[in-house]
Amino acid sequence: MSELFSKKNIKLLTDPLNENNPITVQVLGVCSALAVTVKVEPAIVMGISVMVVTAFANLIISLLRNTIPDRIRIIVQLVVVAALVIIVDQILKAFAYDVSKQLSVFVGLIITNCIIMGRLEAFALGNKPWSSFLDGIGNGAGYGIILIIISILREIFGSGTLTLPGLGELRIIPTMFYEFGYKNNGLMILPPMALIVVGLIIWYQRAKNKGLMETK
Amino acid sequence: MKALRNILDKIKPDFEKGGKFEKFHSTFDAFETFLFVSNHVTKKGAHIKDVIDLKRTMSVVVLAVMPALLFGMWNVGYQHNLSIGNLENTLFSNFFYGLLKVLPIIIVSYVVGLGIEFIFAQARGHEVNEGYLVSGMLIPLIVPIDTPLWMIALAVAFAVIIGKEVFGGTGMNIWNPALIARAFLFFAYPSDMSGDKIWVEGLSNLDKIADGFSGATPLAVMAAEGGNTVTNFSQGIGNWSVMDFLIGNYPGSIGETSFIAIMIGAVILLATRIASWKIMFSVFAGGFGMGLLFNLLAPETNIYMQMPAYYHLIIGGFAFGAVFMATDPVSAAQTSNGKYIYGFLIGVIAVLIRVINPAYPEGMMLSILLMNTFTPLIDFYVVQGNIKKRLKRAKVTA
Repeated sequence: MSELFSKKNIKLLTDPLNENNPITVQVLGVCSALAVTVKVEPAIVMGISVMVVTAFANLIISLLRNTIPDRIRIIVQLVVVAALVIIVDQILKAFAYDVSKQLSVFVGLIITNCIIMGRLEAFALGNKPWSSFLDGIGNGAGYGIILIIISILREIFGSGTLTLPGLGELRIIPTMFYEFGYKNNGLMILPPMALIVVGLIIWYQRAKNKGLMETK
Repeated sequence: MKALRNILDKIKPDFEKGGKFEKFHSTFDAFETFLFVSNHVTKKGAHIKDVIDLKRTMSVVVLAVMPALLFGMWNVGYQHNLSIGNLENTLFSNFFYGLLKVLPIIIVSYVVGLGIEFIFAQARGHEVNEGYLVSGMLIPLIVPIDTPLWMIALAVAFAVIIGKEVFGGTGMNIWNPALIARAFLFFAYPSDMSGDKIWVEGLSNLDKIADGFSGATPLAVMAAEGGNTVTNFSQGIGNWSVMDFLIGNYPGSIGETSFIAIMIGAVILLATRIASWKIMFSVFAGGFGMGLLFNLLAPETNIYMQMPAYYHLIIGGFAFGAVFMATDPVSAAQTSNGKYIYGFLIGVIAVLIRVINPAYPEGMMLSILLMNTFTPLIDFYVVQGNIKKRLKRAKVTA
């Protein structure tokens, strides 16, 4: 057991949450981060979906890594990812139909998410199944965390609410404020503001974490 | 003056390295250079002497905006009195009414904007940037008078931080910061930035509007009805004649309405050579050209397209944008030929947006921001073209 959660393996899980975050450091998978973060609930579901796909794609490719011919490895990866995405899509349609409708094509488009192909190419092809699986979980979680942060900011300032799974829509900004002339910020709902929020998160992260600053 | 200088000299050592208030050096420096021309001398590199520094340049621009501001204040009061049907008002009562309404916006704009500038200067340990002196005056002039103050504060914060500081401060920004503030308001709070009620002070809360008064801007009238109510353009649009457009007594953003007041500013800017006449001229040429083109192509039914080309130049924010926004030396094109292209396209696109897209009655803001984005590209190709031309010449003579 201690072998399974050695220091090195734990690092695979925690690294993508901060120093090696797929969105804010590697700047991958940004498009979907802009598209699904208007409300919190779809963002959480999207984060979990991507985490599941990345983890299992990493696991499967890592198991197959010694048998995949080098020349056709991309197409093999695509088949694996596509199969997983279809499974996730069907499960969402069966058990969380409303969210699935809100996410619309973006579940299907997980297949084009650079994070997944990036992890397969960079990690799963050269590492053992267990550490590949952890790496997938870690990167999926790193993606999900940023999505949730963006969506919380966007929903509070754009709609004045928070939509959490199981709890429904909660009003965060009291209606009293609106009587005094407060208004929801329409820009927050628009994708450009999501990009600016991503930028602000990167700014904050780099200011905190000197190691990430580029040297001139 | 002498006394002030003495005070500054006396407390100066405290702010120098090793002094008590060393941390506040940039704040002290900002006030000192604002009050007195700095006595810095160039120590290395090219020795170019110019008698005015950036702070003095900015002050001239602020001076040039004054006619539009003063007129805007009067117009706020005048339009308000018209809307409540009070026709017995004097020049001064209108002006003071407007002054009281416009002043808070200016104060909020400067306090928030300069506050953020000072914080950034302190945190980064550099001197306070002067650029905000102008932006802080332009922002109040390009918003509707009824904009709530907290929205102004938020827009100013957004413009200074996202529009300027993240790029490295004054001189580094890609877009005009004042227009970023306007665009922020426009997209974040569309209901407070468009419509017929917001351009006249207090109109949205008014129970009974005077007979025959409409708060719509001339451009909104044209966009909403396609100008169907206009039968003869030589009479003007709606209740307004061409003379009204030149003087500026029609609803609109605070400082944008008066063509004459803006032209006084333009003369000041051109006489002091602070703004580029190439940009100013080509913006007007572009807008006029596009207006003429529409006149030529206009079908019988489309009255907006038949609107005389010069109307575009004197109505709405076109003149204000051309004189004060497009000529912003940071975000405008730097090369000589680039300036013509940049200005011309601003004029063309502004009129295009006005006439073709009914969702945006005013196209000047979007058109300037769009061309700001393309400025580096324009400059790049102008420079490349120049290099090619010279290489060719060098080969022929060799």
